This record gives sequence, C-alpha cells and structure tokens, in this order.
Amino acid sequence: MNKELYEYVLRMGDDSLILGQRLGEWCGHGPILEEDIALTNIALDVLGQARILMDYAGKLTNKKEDEVAFLREERDYKNVLLVEQPNGDFAQTILRQFFFDAFRLPFFKELQNSKDETLSGLALKAVKETTYHLQHSSNWVIRLGDGTDESHQRLETALEDLWMFTGEFFYADEVDTKLVNEGIAVDVNKIKPIWDAKVSEVFAQAKLQIPENDWMQKGGRQGRHTEHLGFILSEMQYMQRAYPGCEW
Amino acid sequence: MSEIKKEWPLWEVFIRSKQGLSHKHVGSLRAADAKMAIENARDVYTRRSEGISIWVTESVNVHASNPTEQGPMFEPSDDKVYRHPTFYEVPEGVGHM
Repeated sequence: MNKELYEYVLRMGDDSLILGQRLGEWCGHGPILEEDIALTNIALDVLGQARILMDYAGKLTNKKEDEVAFLREERDYKNVLLVEQPNGDFAQTILRQFFFDAFRLPFFKELQNSKDETLSGLALKAVKETTYHLQHSSNWVIRLGDGTDESHQRLETALEDLWMFTGEFFYADEVDTKLVNEGIAVDVNKIKPIWDAKVSEVFAQAKLQIPENDWMQKGGRQGRHTEHLGFILSEMQYMQRAYPGCEW
Repeated sequence: MSEIKKEWPLWEVFIRSKQGLSHKHVGSLRAADAKMAIENARDVYTRRSEGISIWVTESVNVHASNPTEQGPMFEPSDDKVYRHPTFYEVPEGVGHM
C-alpha cells in the first residue's frame, strides 16, 4: 500500500466529510428557506467529494467506503481544525465557509493536473462546485461585513474565533513533499499567496481588517483535534456503530 | 420617519429549461437584491438540472389582470370558434402541426 497516498486522500476526504456533516446540521434551521437550501446544497457537494475520496482510501486499504468514513477513531481523522468548529451563528458558518472555499478553489484547480487519475477527475468536478461555493460565501461575507452594525459585529466576532485556524491549510510535511515530487499532490506553498489575495480582496469590500495576530493553531493533520470533533463523530458514526454494515 | 423593512422583497422566478424554449414561471422567493435573487433561484429551483438560464423580477413589477373581470375579459372569445384554425383539411403527409 502507498502509505503517503492513503494519508493524503484521508486529509482531503476528512476536510470534506466533516464540513459536510457540519453544514448538514443547518438543514431545517437556516435563517431563511432559500439559505437553508443553499447551505445543504453545499453540504451535499462536499459530501459527494468525500464519498469519492473515502471510496478511494478504501480501495487503497481493502476496506469499504463506509468503514473508512464511519469506523475510524477520532485520532485517525486528519481534517483541518477549521471545519470541525461549531456552526455558531450564520456569520460564523459563512466565514468558516469563505476561508475554506478560498483555499479549496485554487487547491482543486492545481489538483486537476495531478498524475493520479482519481484525484484529477475529482478535481475537475469539484472546481465547478467550489467556484459557486466561493461566490456564495464571498457575497455573504461582504453583505454581513458591510451591512448593519449587528451583522458587522457578528462577523468580527467570528473572525476573532476562526482566524487562528486558517494557517493549517498550508501545513505540509513529508507526505506532501513525497507526493508533490511524484506529481500527485498540490504544493500548498503555491496556494498561500492566492488565498491571501482573495481574503484581502473580500475583506476590503466587507470593511474587515486582517488580524495582526499571526499565531496559528494546528494539529488536525496529525489527528490532534479540538474538543468538538468527538461530538461530531458520536453523532455521525451512530448508525454504523449500532448497526454494523447497515445500508439503505 | 421611515420604517425599516424587516422582510426582503419578493421576486418571481423564470427558468429556461433548454435552448429554444422560452423562460417559464416556476415560483417565487425572497431576496435582498437581484444578485441574491438569482443565486437563491439557482439553489431553490435548479437543483435537479431544471434549467440553463434564470430570469428574476421583483413581484411588485408584475401587473395582473383583475380576477373579477374574467367575464368581460375572456368569455367573449369562447363562442368564436372560427378563430381556431380547425376548419382546414390538413393534407396527408403533413404530419403533426
């Protein structure tokens, strides 16, 4: 088995899976019907990406998609800490989404050139989906930031809570180095300036300042999570744990 | 003093399902402006590949005929069957018209 590839696929797949689970929590609770559907549409898009990646991780280890997605322990999940942060209010959800989309779009654009056909195929589909996600989340960041005093204040609060989780997108270790050299993985160092530029552009319109604090939290890629992931997993894994192998 | 409106305006949504067909009214939704209305229409009304083009217009811009005037408006045409092209012999081989 290609250990590095498995690890890489999990990191990407868990980002999608956990964010999809979080966004799914909005189902029936959106601030307006239209936004309720928009958020769950996005949830389904990222869940679709997660399924392709879980299936692929399964093939690399002789397991089924559901086993990979639902039967790992907390320490074996490799998503960035940002995606497991609570939905909070709408501003919190939107800002989390914006940071993620602004990373994912240039990331998937690069991944289209991957020598791994499963990954380049996924990227081709995901670029279209993510282009829309980013448009949606950017528009809302601008509306909230340049909206009322209350909407601006809520976005500021979200920014204080979430900023320290944005450095992890650009974490790279020997897994990345090896796969980048093989032409399979994306070099995240190339993505950083694109992300910075997008955030600056949208923040300027949203009347937000980029925080001076540059201390960044990390650990997700090694399986060290915030206290929130355990709660997500206990809900997400309930069916497979209670009824092993269940399908419908 | 003007009152701050809490409700976003209502918009009517029209979708073209494919090239060559005209836009058809599919429903309505709420949105703060036209840009948001188009995005919301995309999310609410085209999730199952229903369309390739969206039009939206604020509902206040739609002017309608008065339902109480249905008699004078529409009934006079009911007894003028000669306005339908049903009195012609269609030559064989023309097929569906």
